[in-house]
Amino acid sequence: MAELVATLASTHHPFYLRATTMPPEEQIPQAPEWKRKVEAYRETLARAKPDVLVMVGSDHFHQIFLDNCPQFLIGKAERYDATFWNEEREFGIPKYLLQGDIAMSRFMHQHLMDQGFDFAFSNELKIDHSIICPIITVRPDNDLPVVPIYTNIFAPPLPSPKRFYDLGRAIRRAIDDYPSDKRVAAIGTGHLSLELGGPRQFMETGPDPEFDRQAIEWLRNGDIDAILANVTHESMAKSGNATHGFLNFILMLGVAGPEKADYVDNLDLFHTMEAYLTWYPRTQAQERAA
Amino acid sequence: MSKYYVNKFLFQVDRNPDFLKRYAEDPKNFVATWEQSIGPRLNEVEESTVHSFTDEERKALEEHDYVALFEMGAHFFLNLTLFIGIYDEQYMKENGPLAFQRQFAQRLQHWRGKEYPTVET
Repeated sequence: MAELVATLASTHHPFYLRATTMPPEEQIPQAPEWKRKVEAYRETLARAKPDVLVMVGSDHFHQIFLDNCPQFLIGKAERYDATFWNEEREFGIPKYLLQGDIAMSRFMHQHLMDQGFDFAFSNELKIDHSIICPIITVRPDNDLPVVPIYTNIFAPPLPSPKRFYDLGRAIRRAIDDYPSDKRVAAIGTGHLSLELGGPRQFMETGPDPEFDRQAIEWLRNGDIDAILANVTHESMAKSGNATHGFLNFILMLGVAGPEKADYVDNLDLFHTMEAYLTWYPRTQAQERAA
Repeated sequence: MSKYYVNKFLFQVDRNPDFLKRYAEDPKNFVATWEQSIGPRLNEVEESTVHSFTDEERKALEEHDYVALFEMGAHFFLNLTLFIGIYDEQYMKENGPLAFQRQFAQRLQHWRGKEYPTVET
């Protein structure tokens, strides 16, 4: 059976590439620290030596729009183009071509259906920055095939936090049951507190630094009970109108299981708090400690 | 009111360099053109007849009035990225990075601490 070798959950910041590659005299003061933290985080994936990446993100009205809006969707294609014109324009993110793993996509789709998650699917999926940002940060060589999974964190009504966690658990079972000797890493990105297009956007910190600190502690401790007791769609909206990206962190905790994280880092940036977490499955984490 | 149709406008203009340029330079005429021949299009063959703007929505789009669009419940992401696409460069030249984004926030300060208009369609 396939082996899950690492679960990564992080924020995605579309300006990372531009912020850390522009001439040093034009960079924001945190750019060198940001780069160091991202490169250290990248190492947490590299040391797990994955063969394939299951990537969880959320389309930002690039391929998906309100005329046809799935809650959960899986890509099933041999290859995926990535980066839309308006993302190149706004964020300076280049175009990419990602290799798919259609056999694993098919297996996961059926397995998730059998577990009660009736996924939509796409045979021609163009990926946006929710999946390209982590390629840039944790696998810039773009040398591994991917199974992309999109969630709706954007167009209400959204599935519940519990549903996101349960989906994470189901994705984990699908990976564990995949008849293959592949080493699988699961990588998902979302947000902590975030405001876009509202009165609290682009402040010196994220809109709710207290939530950000609390959320990182919950994730560090694998405390899904505290998350589900405290985090609702309403509470996330109070923390910032785009805070629902936190749902993808909840999903990734579902993939990892309710365990303490093996790697936790964060960075206070203008506008948002960045968070970088990695879990290794129990036996591996124990081996690493030995 | 058609929140969906306003979002369709923002979505289509944000992703298309030609539409974005025309909407930036001559919003009133571009909105009229969009309503006549772009918005109704479903694909090369099919047209939709079921949506139209209210006068208030049309006026907000013609005036690049992102505050009014926020207040109507236009999607926050589309409303932000489209107007960044139009204004960011010019504001940056005059007042430095994030000047437009901060003005956008400033003009919405009366919503702080309140429940925002829903973006549900």
